[in-house]
Amino acid sequence: MGLLTFSLGGIHPPENKISAGKKIESPGLPEIVTIPLAQHLGAPSKVVVARGDTVKTGQIIAEANGFVSTNIHSSVTGKVLKVDLFPDSSGYRRQAVQIQVEEDDWVEGIDLSDTLVKDFDKSQDEIRKIILNSGIVGLGGATFPSHVKLMTPKGKTAEYLIINGVECEPYLTADHALMLEKHDELIVGVRILMKGLGVEKAIIGIENNKPDAIKIMEKASAEFDSIVVKPLKVQYPQGGEKQLVQALLKREVPSGGLPIDVGVVAFNVGTVYASYLAVQKNRPLLERVVTVTGKSVKKPSNFLTRVGTPVSYLIEKAGGLPEDTAKVINGGPMMGKALSRLDVPIVKGSSGILLLMEEEAYRKETQSCIRCTKCVTVCPMGLEPYLLMTQAEKAMYEEMEGEKVMDCIECGSCVYTCPSSRPLLDYIRLGKGELGKILRARKAV
Amino acid sequence: MSQIIIYTIITLVAIGAVAAIILYFVAQKFKVYEDPRIDQVEEALPAANCGGCGFAGCRNFAEALVKSDSFDGLNCPVGGNDTMASVASILGREAVESAPLVAVIRCNGTPEFRPRTNTYDGASSCAVEHSLHTGEGGCPHGCLGHGDCVDACDFDAIHMNPETELPEVIDDKCTACGACVRACPRDIIELRKKNKKDRKIFVSCINEEKGPIPKRNCSVVCIGCSACFKVCPHDAITMNNNLAYIDPVKCRLCRKCVVVCPTNAIHEIHFPPPKIVGVAKETETSKSKENETKQKN
Repeated sequence: MGLLTFSLGGIHPPENKISAGKKIESPGLPEIVTIPLAQHLGAPSKVVVARGDTVKTGQIIAEANGFVSTNIHSSVTGKVLKVDLFPDSSGYRRQAVQIQVEEDDWVEGIDLSDTLVKDFDKSQDEIRKIILNSGIVGLGGATFPSHVKLMTPKGKTAEYLIINGVECEPYLTADHALMLEKHDELIVGVRILMKGLGVEKAIIGIENNKPDAIKIMEKASAEFDSIVVKPLKVQYPQGGEKQLVQALLKREVPSGGLPIDVGVVAFNVGTVYASYLAVQKNRPLLERVVTVTGKSVKKPSNFLTRVGTPVSYLIEKAGGLPEDTAKVINGGPMMGKALSRLDVPIVKGSSGILLLMEEEAYRKETQSCIRCTKCVTVCPMGLEPYLLMTQAEKAMYEEMEGEKVMDCIECGSCVYTCPSSRPLLDYIRLGKGELGKILRARKAV
Repeated sequence: MSQIIIYTIITLVAIGAVAAIILYFVAQKFKVYEDPRIDQVEEALPAANCGGCGFAGCRNFAEALVKSDSFDGLNCPVGGNDTMASVASILGREAVESAPLVAVIRCNGTPEFRPRTNTYDGASSCAVEHSLHTGEGGCPHGCLGHGDCVDACDFDAIHMNPETELPEVIDDKCTACGACVRACPRDIIELRKKNKKDRKIFVSCINEEKGPIPKRNCSVVCIGCSACFKVCPHDAITMNNNLAYIDPVKCRLCRKCVVVCPTNAIHEIHFPPPKIVGVAKETETSKSKENETKQKN
């Protein structure tokens, strides 16, 4: 029997997992951290500290502003220098809190030990509350507030909890490293989330290119019948929520819907670990594993990085910026976005920093579409990227709604496969943004 | 043989006659009355179908003109006053004179003034680049230089200057249809009153941020110092959110503001070299002249 995978589209780019097997290490604390207020999907948090305040590590500096929003905690101890606009990864300036780092003095009541705490007696509501208060968001990249996912909407029931250990994005190894080192903690985290969600079954999906992680997770989960580890065939973008649900359960999430519509809720392994720390150790989400990698990087690493650490600091710790670096990407090569400056902070959603060399960094010259429909073949959502691009180019945004552009998961498979190197995703993203504005305006009326 | 031909002809004539009678009554029954003036007005319009009037095409605009009682808010920027006068004579109304407008680019971020800090490698479209990042220079408001406005122009009136990496408007060709204004994702194109000899004075920047950061990104930024506001004798300049704006109607083209601007953010175009200049500001004026000629070339 062949391994499980999703049925529609997909590609298999070179994996280039250079930093695989590297231990998770701490890069230390930078001198100044900048913590943006909009690190999650939904409303930006409301700042509750002011210039000159002294904050401790783990202290709340911004509170959730609405249901789809979350708390943000200080990742260091020090003095608030400014609450002002600072450039985010796109270069546009957004609200953020800048803190001068003095030391690392955590708020009282936080357990900093490494000992595994297996048992928990928290009720479902308590777990949800802790997840909300700890500022936990989906660490796979979408940064959707996790407490919202735990609240099953009325009329729908969750049947399965799916844990996403796929990490299909080339180069990145943050989740892999986490599974290798924190497997026991992860299993406790899975049990916590199962209780928080009220489900009896959990499936951990891991791609077959990480046999060590599959083995270790199988061993760790052996004593629980309700938790199953399933190896998956290597196929990009299997880490997409909808693709993973399809691969594991053969259930298709309807267009415009969420996995909960087919009785599933999915969490990334990073989120599971954060939930473990929050519930068992009372530690809010203020650090995450970030892969710093690239073919010319001296010391490819998996860093347990505090939120707000400048990208340039991490690159320095990974052996400095190689001379032939042409592009620095925030995220992986498929979905990440190139940075236009290096003083921007690591946020909750940053999974990696990828440095590309001169010879591999640039796109090829764009040529005319030759109607080969390779983009249609590889699209995991069954869309027609060539058509969507043309529509966005001609500013036919409303027509894109009928072509289901909002279902696009921006995986970049179409651009990867296009023999004419057309900037398909660039335009599709533009169309999504513009159509989103139209849809919001329509809703507001 | 000849009989068959005769019968055929008779039958066909009969069918034709019956069909003609039916069609005549049907046409009477379903007749849609259309004001004949619509055709006349459409004839008088430039037939550019540019959408500058706010309607989908010249036909729709003609319908609106005939239907409405006054010309309020209805103007064909392409045809200008002549066209509106002939439309008025067709409809037997009084023509309303409106000042002709021309597009101006409110950014002067050439590579010289706005150093490029990174290279953009994505799709060649201002809309796409605007949605991704601040641009090759640090300024989040400035021109991105991919020429979305050039593509939008139906009249060949706007071109990119490869040297300045900024678009340039050819005043004689510009019809002020506003297509470029709508195409620009950064909203830096403005339609302003056309003055004698195409002279213009405007603040060539839309930055509203205070402080040293905008200045670091671009040297010809409006820093909101209000120097022009204070010196203007005609109350034409207003300060909104740290940005100076020169009202094109009130402005009398005295050029006092151009001289006092510390960052040369105020542009004067198509003016002769100044005769009397303040001694201290002489160098700056000549510099701004230089910029202007550069932009023209």
